[in-house]
Amino acid sequence: MKNFNRRSFLTSVSAGLGILRFGLAKGKTPDFSGQIVELIIPFKEGGGSDTWGRFNAPFFSRYLPGQPTVVVRNVPGGNSIAGSNRFAARARPNGLQVLGTSASTQFPYLLEDPRVNYEYRDWRVLMASGAGGVAYISSDLGVKNVSELGAVQDKQLLYGSQGPTSLDLVPVLGFKLLGLNVRPIFGMSGRGAGRLAFERGEINIDYQTTTAYLRNVVPLINQGEAVPLFSWGTLDESGQLVRDPTFPALPHFAEAYELLHGEKPSGPGWESWFSFFTAGFPAMKLLVAPKDTPDEVVNAYQNAVISMKQDPEYIARKPAALGTYEQVTGEAAQRLYELATDVPQQARSWVRTWLRDEFQVKIEV
Amino acid sequence: MVEALLSALANLATLQHLLHLVLGVLLGLAVGAFPGLGGIAGLSIMMPFLYGMDTVSALATLVGLVAVIPTSDTFTSVLMGIPGSSASQATVLDGFPLSQKGEASRALAAAFSASLMGGIVGAIILTLFVQIARPLILTFGSAELFMLALLGLSMVGVLSGASLIKGLAACGLGLMVGSIGGAPATGEFRMTLGIDYLYDGLPLVIVGIGLFAFPEITDLLRKNQAIARGGLIKGKWFQGVRDVFQNWFLCLRCASIGTLIGAIPGLGGTVVDWIAYGHVVQTAKDKTQFGKGDIRGVLAPESANNAKEGGGLVPTLLFGIPGSGAMAVFLGGMVLLGIEAGPAMVSSGLDLTYTIIWSLALANVIGAGSCMFLARPISRLTAIPFNLLAPFMIMVVSFAAFQATRQFMDLVALIGIGMLGVALKRFGWSRPAFLIGFVLASQAESYLNLAVQFYGWNMLTRPGVVIILSITIASVWFSSRSNKDSKNTEIQSENAPHTAQAKIKLPQILFLTGLLAFLIYSIWSSLQLSPLGRMFPLGIGFGTVCLCFYLLMMLQVGPETNAANYDLEYSTASKTNEKHTALWRNAIWFAVLIGITALVGFQLGVLFFFIVFLKLKALQNWHITIMLSVAALLLISFLTNFLLVELPAGLLSFYIDLPWLLGQLQ
Repeated sequence: MKNFNRRSFLTSVSAGLGILRFGLAKGKTPDFSGQIVELIIPFKEGGGSDTWGRFNAPFFSRYLPGQPTVVVRNVPGGNSIAGSNRFAARARPNGLQVLGTSASTQFPYLLEDPRVNYEYRDWRVLMASGAGGVAYISSDLGVKNVSELGAVQDKQLLYGSQGPTSLDLVPVLGFKLLGLNVRPIFGMSGRGAGRLAFERGEINIDYQTTTAYLRNVVPLINQGEAVPLFSWGTLDESGQLVRDPTFPALPHFAEAYELLHGEKPSGPGWESWFSFFTAGFPAMKLLVAPKDTPDEVVNAYQNAVISMKQDPEYIARKPAALGTYEQVTGEAAQRLYELATDVPQQARSWVRTWLRDEFQVKIEV
Repeated sequence: MVEALLSALANLATLQHLLHLVLGVLLGLAVGAFPGLGGIAGLSIMMPFLYGMDTVSALATLVGLVAVIPTSDTFTSVLMGIPGSSASQATVLDGFPLSQKGEASRALAAAFSASLMGGIVGAIILTLFVQIARPLILTFGSAELFMLALLGLSMVGVLSGASLIKGLAACGLGLMVGSIGGAPATGEFRMTLGIDYLYDGLPLVIVGIGLFAFPEITDLLRKNQAIARGGLIKGKWFQGVRDVFQNWFLCLRCASIGTLIGAIPGLGGTVVDWIAYGHVVQTAKDKTQFGKGDIRGVLAPESANNAKEGGGLVPTLLFGIPGSGAMAVFLGGMVLLGIEAGPAMVSSGLDLTYTIIWSLALANVIGAGSCMFLARPISRLTAIPFNLLAPFMIMVVSFAAFQATRQFMDLVALIGIGMLGVALKRFGWSRPAFLIGFVLASQAESYLNLAVQFYGWNMLTRPGVVIILSITIASVWFSSRSNKDSKNTEIQSENAPHTAQAKIKLPQILFLTGLLAFLIYSIWSSLQLSPLGRMFPLGIGFGTVCLCFYLLMMLQVGPETNAANYDLEYSTASKTNEKHTALWRNAIWFAVLIGITALVGFQLGVLFFFIVFLKLKALQNWHITIMLSVAALLLISFLTNFLLVELPAGLLSFYIDLPWLLGQLQ
C-alpha cells in the first residue's frame, strides 16, 4: 500500500484553497530561543542510537543560537524505516526537527527496499560520526591470530546475526570474502545477544563495535577465552581503508584479506563489501535536516557541533558514552555522507543477488 | 564481598545519596501512576538534570526512578482496571474485582506491602547470587530460553477457564497477533496488511489496555454505577497488610520467581507477573474466587514484579544486556554517566553493584511506603459515580495508548484491540491466555528459531532443557489433576458456562468466522516468506485454525450445554436482551474522543469531548461540566507544556500554530 502522505496532501489542498500557513520562521539568522528542537531517533529508547541522541541533545541545547530545549523523540518501527518515512513526509525545514539515522536506516535505502519512502540525497547532513569493530574468534579453535585462520577454513564456524539485511551483512560478507566457512545464525536480538551466545559457546566467531569490545570482549581475551582477529578498519582523508587508531596493533580487514589470500582484495564482491562497510561503519550515525532547510540553519548546527567539541564536559564524557570516534561536521561530514549514500548501482545489485542466492531473501514485497 | 557490601552501605547512608534517591522515587511514583508514561518518560524528564549531577547522585536518582514504576502503576490497575504498564497486567485480574466489591483500599494495601516485600527479598537474593550469576546465566542457552517460554505458555492451562480448547485457541490467537510485524530471524514483514504501523507489531501497552480496560469501561458505562457497586467497605486497609503476613510464603515464592526470571536475559520482565499469577492459581487449594477478587491474585504478581526489577539488574550490569524496557533506559543512563556495565561489575566494581542493588531495595521501601499512605484516600475514587469518572478514564486510556509509539495509529489500534477485548470477554475466550500468547510470541519464536539452528533435536538432550521441560510437564499435570478434583468450580472470571449458554448462536459463529478469516490471511501472508520467517506463524496458524474449526463444529452440532457455547449477551441467565446494543454503543465514546482529536488535536479534543460527554451522557449541569472539562484540559496541558510529553496532533495544527497551553509539539 502506498503510504498516505497526509502532510503533502494537506499542503497542496491548503495551497489550492489559498489558506495561509503560519509558523514558518524565515529569518536571516536563526534564533531558537524559547523553542523546542526535536531530535528524532527512529529507534527505541535505550539503544545505541538513543544513547547517541541523548548524549548530544544537551550540547546542542547549549550551543544552538538562543539555547532551545532539545528533546529526543523516539519514533521506532520497522527497524527505523517507519520513523524515517514519517520524518521525510512531515518534518518542516526550520531546524526544529532533525533526524538521527543509523546504518540500519541506510541499508534498506541502499538495498532499495520498497518500504523506504525517504531519499537520503534530499537531506542535508549536519553531523556524522562513525564506529569501528573488531572480529574475534573462540580460543577453542586453536587459532592464535588472523594469519592462522587458514587452518580452520574447512571447519564450519557459527556467527550470530541480527538478520540477512541488517548491519551484520558486512561481517557475514566479509567472512565469506576471507574464504571462511561461516554459517550465520539469524535471529539475534542485537549485538549484545550475539556476544552472549559467544560466551555460552553457541557461536564461535563474532564481532563487537569498539565500545562493547573494550568493555566486554577484552576481559574474555585476558581470560584466554577469545582471540582477536582484525578490526574493520577506518577511512583516512582520501577515503582509503587504514588501521583503526583505537587498535593500531590489529590488521584491518583488507590486510587480513591479503594475509589469507596473498593478494590485495579486488572484484565486485570486495567493492560491494567496501561500499556497505562505509555506509555501515565510518558513516554509521548521521544527523540530517529536511532538504529545504536554509543554509543559515545548517550553519548554526555546524557551529554548534564545532563549539560543543571544545566543551570540557563534552570532552570528559564523550569517550565513555560514545567511544573514541570523532563527531564531524561541515565538509568532513558531507564527504562521509556522500560515501555512505552514493553506493554504485553495481554494488547494490551484487549484494541483492548474493542475499537472494545465499539466504533466499527477496527484497521485493 | 563483605568489604564491598560495607562500602556499599556506607555509600547508601550518605544524606546526598538518600536525598537523590527520594527525588528519583517521587518522580518515579508520579510518572508511574500515570498510565503509559513509565520509566522512559521519567528518564526523558530527568535527563537534562543528569548533566549537572555527580555520578553518585545521578545514579541514585536513576535507581529511585526505575525501582518504583512497577509500584505506582498498581493504582490504576486496581482502581480502574487500567494496566499502566506490562508489570501490572495480571494485577488487574483480581485487583479490579476487589475494587468493585468496595475493597480497593485492601487490595492496594496488600499490593504495596507485597511490592515492598518483593523488593527486599529480591535484594537479598541478589546480594547472595550476584557473584555466581555470570556462569549460571551462561548455562541458559537459546534452547533453555525456548523451554522457559513454553513454561510460560503452559500457564494457559490454568488460566483458560471452563473450556480448555477455547483457552488454547485464545493463546494461539495471541501468538498469531504477537507475530505481526518483522520476523525475528529475517526481519521480513508479515501480516502487516501493508500498514507501516504494524512493522513492529502491536504495542503491548495497547494490547493490555485494549483487552482489560476497554471492555470494563464500556461495561461500566452502560451500568452507570460507581466502580465500587455497593460503596466502600470501611476498615479494609489494615486487612490488606495482614493479607501479606498471612500469605508470606506465597509472596516469598513469587518474589523468588520474579528475581530469577528477571535475571535471565532474553525472557524479559513482561511475563513475570503472569507466571506468578499462574503459579498461585496452580498451587491454591480453593480456586473458586480467582478472577472474582481473590487477594492472592493481587499478592502474587505484585510481589513478583518489584523483585523482577532487581533481577533485571543482573544481565544489565553484568553483561550490558537490558532485560526490560525500564532496564534499557537504566543502562542508557549508566552509559551517559560513564559507568561501564560488564564483567568488572562483580570484581572491581562490586561495591557499586551492591550500592545499586540496595538503593533499589531502599527505593522500594520508600516508594511502597508512601503509596501505602495514599492507598486509603485514593481508593475513594472508586465511589465516584461512573459517569463523572468515565471521561477521565477514557482520556487517560487514550493518552496511555498514544504514548506507546506516539503515532495517531496507536489510538486506532486501541479501538481495534478494545473491540476484540469486548468480543473475547463476551464470548468467554480467556483474555489472560490471549495476552500470554501475545507477550511470549516473539520470544518463543526467536528462541525456537535459534535453538533449531544451533541444536536441532539434540536440544532435548541438554540437562537444562530436560529440567525445565519436566517442570512444565509437572505443572501442567498438577493443575489438570487439581482441576479434576474440583470439577464444578470455575477458575476464571471469563467463563461461567452455566450462566451464559446461549440459544442464539449467530454472534458466536460470526466471531469465529472472523477469527478464521484473520488466521487464514495470516497463513497466506506467511507463505510468502523465507523458511525461517514462516516456520513459526505457519505452525501456530494451522494449530489455531484446527482449534477454531473444532469450536465452530461444537457450536453447530454440539449440545447447548457444551463449553464452547458461551455468550454473555444472549445468555439464558441474562435478565434483559436489550443490553447487547448498548454494549457496542458505549464503545463509541472512545471513537468520539479520538475522532475529535483527529480534527483539533488532543487538548482541544479532550475539552470538547468532556463537554459533549458530560452534557449528553452524564447529563450534568453546565457548572460541573465546565469545571471538569477545564480541569482535564489543564492536566493535559501541564503534561505537554511542562513535562514535554507528546500528544496526538490534529488536522487543525497543520493550518495554524495553536497558542501556548494548547500548543502541541509536532
